[in-house]
Amino acid sequence: MRTDVTAQQSALINSDDRTLASVLCAYTVTATFWLLFATAVGVLMAYKFGAPDFWPGAYLTFGRLRPIHTNDTFYGWASVALVGLAYYVAARSSRAPLYSAKLAWIGLVLFNLAAVAGTIALDLGFNDGNLEYREWPWPIRLIFLAALIVTAWNLIGTVARRSTEDVYLSNWYTIGGVLWTCIIAVVAILPWYQYGLGQVSVSGFYMHNAVGMWFTPLALGVFYYALPKVLSRPIYSYSLGVFAFWTNLVFYPIIGAHHFLFSPLPWFLQTTAIVFSVAMLVPVWGGSANFLLTMHGRMHGMAQSVPLMFIFVGVIGYLVGSTQGTFEAFRSLQQVWHFTNFTVGHSHLTMYGFVTFAIWGGVYALLPLATGKQPNSLGLTLHFWMALVGSFIYVISLSVGGTIQGLDWIHGVPFIQSVADMQSYWIWRGVGGSLMWLSHVVFAWNVWCMSYGVGAKASLEDSSSTEGAGA
Amino acid sequence: MNKLILIAGGSTLVYMVLAVLMGVLPGIKLSNTPPGPGVNPLTVLQAQGRAVYVASGCSYCHTQQVRPLDQDKVFGRPSAPGDFAYQTPELLGSERTGPDLTNVGKRQPSVVWQYIHLYNPRAVVPQSIMPAFEWMFQVVDSAPPGVTPVALPKVYAPTHGVVVPRHDAQALVAYLLALKQPPFPGGADESSASIRGAGPTGAPASAAAPRAGGYNAAKGQALFTATCAACHQATGEGLAGAFPPLKGNAAVNDADPTLHIHVVLHGLQGTNVGGIVYPSPMPPFGTTLSDADIANIINYERSSWGNHGASVTLEQVAAERATGN
Repeated sequence: MRTDVTAQQSALINSDDRTLASVLCAYTVTATFWLLFATAVGVLMAYKFGAPDFWPGAYLTFGRLRPIHTNDTFYGWASVALVGLAYYVAARSSRAPLYSAKLAWIGLVLFNLAAVAGTIALDLGFNDGNLEYREWPWPIRLIFLAALIVTAWNLIGTVARRSTEDVYLSNWYTIGGVLWTCIIAVVAILPWYQYGLGQVSVSGFYMHNAVGMWFTPLALGVFYYALPKVLSRPIYSYSLGVFAFWTNLVFYPIIGAHHFLFSPLPWFLQTTAIVFSVAMLVPVWGGSANFLLTMHGRMHGMAQSVPLMFIFVGVIGYLVGSTQGTFEAFRSLQQVWHFTNFTVGHSHLTMYGFVTFAIWGGVYALLPLATGKQPNSLGLTLHFWMALVGSFIYVISLSVGGTIQGLDWIHGVPFIQSVADMQSYWIWRGVGGSLMWLSHVVFAWNVWCMSYGVGAKASLEDSSSTEGAGA
Repeated sequence: MNKLILIAGGSTLVYMVLAVLMGVLPGIKLSNTPPGPGVNPLTVLQAQGRAVYVASGCSYCHTQQVRPLDQDKVFGRPSAPGDFAYQTPELLGSERTGPDLTNVGKRQPSVVWQYIHLYNPRAVVPQSIMPAFEWMFQVVDSAPPGVTPVALPKVYAPTHGVVVPRHDAQALVAYLLALKQPPFPGGADESSASIRGAGPTGAPASAAAPRAGGYNAAKGQALFTATCAACHQATGEGLAGAFPPLKGNAAVNDADPTLHIHVVLHGLQGTNVGGIVYPSPMPPFGTTLSDADIANIINYERSSWGNHGASVTLEQVAAERATGN
């Protein structure tokens, strides 16, 4: 262990490591900017639910801000942050330098260019059909696709130069995720099979795959690397991870139509989606069990390790959010919950409770290793608790409120009553959302300390490593 | 190296097959769904309105799909595959923060109402949280010939001049009014027993049937709120110059309820109430509400806001329906 540490410290002056560190820094910093921006938009929208005439006008109207919020959290924040982490994990777990720093920089520029152009386009009313998560005009989505291709090329090149025999599990998930998402992006753009009801079926396919074949595998890739790293012990079962990889790959693409239950889509397509939504419990529970068993017996150390706290919440978010998704796919429950705010709670439980916490865990675990700078512990604690409590308030208020909304409709009360009944829950959602946003400000400060600012030197204890745990 | 090719290439190949199977092939098949009978393409103006609808992100709060579920009956008949033949991009939506709009052109055919509501929804629905789309209108000193100014209540009207819709608002309203479900072919006409049997609440008619001399007041109020209050307002006072008052209305207080029942069943346009002519059309409710529901609404109107019209029975509504328009 001690020799590893010395090796690592001397390696810091190595130029390959400096390059890797600056790539991770830049990706994390720009992603953090998008997190701050997109969630500020989210808080503004939450406020408008209680005060609809606040800040009126075309450029600040709800219908334009909503896709800006979702697309920027997806493609600005989560995508850029996860790709930065994927680069670091690929190079470190392969004990190889980054294949091309230049490609990494080009990718970063393309990701950010797409997000800036997409935000401006949406605010001006150039919205590609309100089709969720593919609202950016298609030329802008081509820029994003170019960024994906660059990233895939660079990740594969890096892992191909590995000095280990095996390809570490994290790289299965990240390389797979980037390649599959290239296919999703192409399927979403080509127009020939997207007329009327045909487009509805493509929307179902797209909106679920963009989440489950992109953010999920990249976030899991972070877990599989950061968790062994933080705990200094290998993942509980490597083969369970491989099993979850293949089952996720086969089951996930089939469940998209569950977004359109009771719609005019063919009934067998809907039923197939429900069946495979249940099958998704296999990779979800298998993966979650793998992470939790890796942590087993080390929970008492959690209070001392902030990255571990974030990862733990991320794993629970993955388990609970995905399992909830399976239940929402049942026709009986969807009768109550579909179209209500319950689904907004669900998407925040997954994109926030799972993906975003996973990213934070990864950033806090890996960025200090890359730069040798630590944030101060008050900042870490504040970030963790505000984000956790805020998201609890957010998800619980919308889950309860959404259920009431659905029951109102079933009981046949006048529609406007379901709007009035939501008011207090929307206020609580705003409170939770504001707390979440404040935690992002603290996170931004922490990122600054770990990257370009003057942070505390990484302690030897924290940087102890089991390099490429599975290698 | 070989292992990397196996993982990356193998999984990508598997995914490609699944993407074609679950995304592209259903897309090809369903893109060729023929239009249902009575489903027509939009006019140029309506299509422009649809583009405004998309640019403003309306479908983030309004669905355009009616499910074959009881709670969706208020929005129209269940959507059928043929309904979407001309709808690209599709606007089915995923949230119902506001009501479904599949059939809004039939439910709320009043241009006057649509403009007021668009300018500021709270002018007609106080509890609404929909954004105001004021930028689609302009304030002018006097309306140009042929353009009717928006009949805003005083609180929402500008201090001087009148509000007229810009092109975007005209197109959007044209689109909204075009959102009408054609009836199912060969299916019984909409006023068939199946619709009359169950009101929008899905409750069987008999359960809520008013007995002579009494009626279900809570149900009457709920139905009035859901069906009538958007124009006539919860106060029964209507909206000056736009929608007539029911409070103190001669037909509502008349001992003979025939006219009152007739209007609710068959709608009305261009009528003179208290010396004011109201050009806005009132839709017929005989096609969507059961006799019991209509009796409840009428009795609520006849006993609220100081009105004192004689109450009506389910049988009177049925009898009036039987005479036809």
